[in-house]
Amino acid sequence: MTSETARLRLKTWICTAIVVFSNAFGDFFLKRGLPESAHLTGPLEFIGALFQPWVALGVVLLIVWQMSRMALLSWADLSYVLPVTSVGYVLVALIGKVLLNETITGKRWAGIVLIMAGVALVSGSAPSTVPRAVAPVGGSR
Amino acid sequence: MKWVLVVVMVGATTAGEVLQAAGMRRHGEIHDFRPGAIGRGLAALARNRYVIGGVAAMAISFFAFMKLLSMTDLSFAVPVSAVTYAMETVLAKYLLKERVSGLRWAGAALVICGVTLVSL
Repeated sequence: MTSETARLRLKTWICTAIVVFSNAFGDFFLKRGLPESAHLTGPLEFIGALFQPWVALGVVLLIVWQMSRMALLSWADLSYVLPVTSVGYVLVALIGKVLLNETITGKRWAGIVLIMAGVALVSGSAPSTVPRAVAPVGGSR
Repeated sequence: MKWVLVVVMVGATTAGEVLQAAGMRRHGEIHDFRPGAIGRGLAALARNRYVIGGVAAMAISFFAFMKLLSMTDLSFAVPVSAVTYAMETVLAKYLLKERVSGLRWAGAALVICGVTLVSL
């Protein structure tokens, strides 16, 4: 493994960890702040819901998620990012079980195992297969 | 109603993420993570048409997701959105010209099966 691949891989893994955790906890706080009884019918109610403290925290985490995901996509393939970040589904299922008392059935456990296997397969491959962007660093078109 | 929201969310997510990936590819690898550089990067992205389109599609997907969360379990709402994996991997190959290796197809297929099982 050349130092360039090693550098890109380390950067990819750190960024992936941020993407996965901010997404899972963002979703969790969103769910926590929105009880079943919430009636989200008009646009005003959607906006109002954004200002409930737990929902707001969830939204902040989801902003972190989007920004870290965009950074990751600036160098890694979509067909790499998608399966690798899906480890978040496992985290969400575990958070649902531990913190929201949702049940994880046998089927769900089987699904979690399959997801982990898929993530393991893809995470071993190189993050990028597309030639480097022609735009200069920091530039944009 | 539940399934209408799922369809809206899946369509908007697929469009949004493919546009976002295309936009970020055109932007190029981000090297500098200091606040000033991130600010300049965001300013450049705000003028990137692909990124703007992606953000608009994802806003639609986000509100559909919020509405869905108010009606169903988190462990239903999240996994069901994984139908986007199949569509996005195909679009990554044909639109974004990524080389999707056998390993990646296998991984994506396992993830799709897994996510389907989780949402049943």
